[in-house]
Amino acid sequence: MNDDFDSVRLTDVSRHFGRRRALARLSLAIRTGDVLGLLGPNGAGKSTLLGMVATLVAPNTGEVIYGDRSAQRWGPALRRHIGLLAHELHLYAELTARQNLTFFAELYGLNPRDVVDAALERAGLADRADDEVGGFSRGMRQRLALERALLHRPRLVLLDEPFTGLDDRSVSAVADRIRRLAADGGIVLLATHDLDLADGLVTRVALIREGRLLSDEPASTGLRGRYREVVGR
Amino acid sequence: MFFRVAFLVLRKDFAIEIKSREILYTTLLFAVSCVLVFAFALVKEGEAPPDAAPAILWIAIMFAGTLALGRTFERERYGETLRALLLAPAPRPALYVGKLLGIVLLLGVAELVLVPLVAFFFLAPFFAKPLLMTLLLAAGTIGFAAVGTLFAAMLMRVRTRDVLLPILLYPITVPVIIGGVRGTAALLASPADEAMATMWLAILAAFDVVFITLSLWTFEVLMTE
Repeated sequence: MNDDFDSVRLTDVSRHFGRRRALARLSLAIRTGDVLGLLGPNGAGKSTLLGMVATLVAPNTGEVIYGDRSAQRWGPALRRHIGLLAHELHLYAELTARQNLTFFAELYGLNPRDVVDAALERAGLADRADDEVGGFSRGMRQRLALERALLHRPRLVLLDEPFTGLDDRSVSAVADRIRRLAADGGIVLLATHDLDLADGLVTRVALIREGRLLSDEPASTGLRGRYREVVGR
Repeated sequence: MFFRVAFLVLRKDFAIEIKSREILYTTLLFAVSCVLVFAFALVKEGEAPPDAAPAILWIAIMFAGTLALGRTFERERYGETLRALLLAPAPRPALYVGKLLGIVLLLGVAELVLVPLVAFFFLAPFFAKPLLMTLLLAAGTIGFAAVGTLFAAMLMRVRTRDVLLPILLYPITVPVIIGGVRGTAALLASPADEAMATMWLAILAAFDVVFITLSLWTFEVLMTE
């Protein structure tokens, strides 16, 4: 059986939390090289969708297929191919930057010596490697969290507001990183409210509101206008 | 991969605790305070009420354990790190085992202080049968932590988790507390009733096997939102 995949397909996925509908019969397909921008207002279902693709949220109906198999048929091996940068940063505040990366590298079966120093360098935190993450600014934690999510070179990269708290230079660096990931065969899902940053970065756009997919189309310039036209606010 | 991940989670929790010592100190303080309150209330003129020591020991373990469970998972809630652990390419029950081992070790350290303290205040000869006493403590602690770890993980996303944890945990762990108290009381009897203590130990061991199996079986389903 193939140990990798080149596409992710969501078919009619729905998810309710009690009486609240988070996703309603949503279908999408994403392939390697895609940077799919998930755009929509607050509460549109973007984070739920990312959680579902990350195997953390189960759909009430429908299914998510990775290559030719569902998450259940893949088993734990699927998660080796998934990297998630969520709004909450998945870092231990009490541990240093190096300890955080070392722990997650080992969790993914990697040798920390092969990956941690390079990741700290990319995050621009080599000189703060042995400082506790609790003392970092939001931007520093955001850069570290991105490296944590990409430590194991995942095929499927799920990014929820990756530009939060970053200065201009870091925003450019992260945007370049995302482009490189896609060029190297990654599948990138990017949920963001920042239409200006998404413009020119995403290759496709999925516009979502109240859990429904309003539009799935190739990206074009003038994303803000298109967003207003389809989403309406 | 399963045991490696369980060990990594345990080592990570240990590293954080070594730095902060927050859970160990609060758990110990709470447990010792609990024993002292009972000692002040029940010990009159140097005479402890007969049969009180086993109950007080296990009540202190149970209360301290509840506090430790809550704080351990509160740490994973901050930064939603439990979600990151759930994304590891290993069977998810390995995370449960890692967390369970951490709680058991922490309670073990608390018991190293609690047992001599209760023995001192309530004149209880806990060390007369050290092997059976250690086995009873181990089996009871594992049983309590097995249920508690599952519930604490389950309740992480619930706003009223601090209230709900004891409400769910205590009724289900009643057999553990009864087994622990009765087994310990049998050991403290004069002469010690080893057969009775062994029977309660067997019941506790059966409880442990049942609840660890159930927890391993249900953990992945319960942790998927």
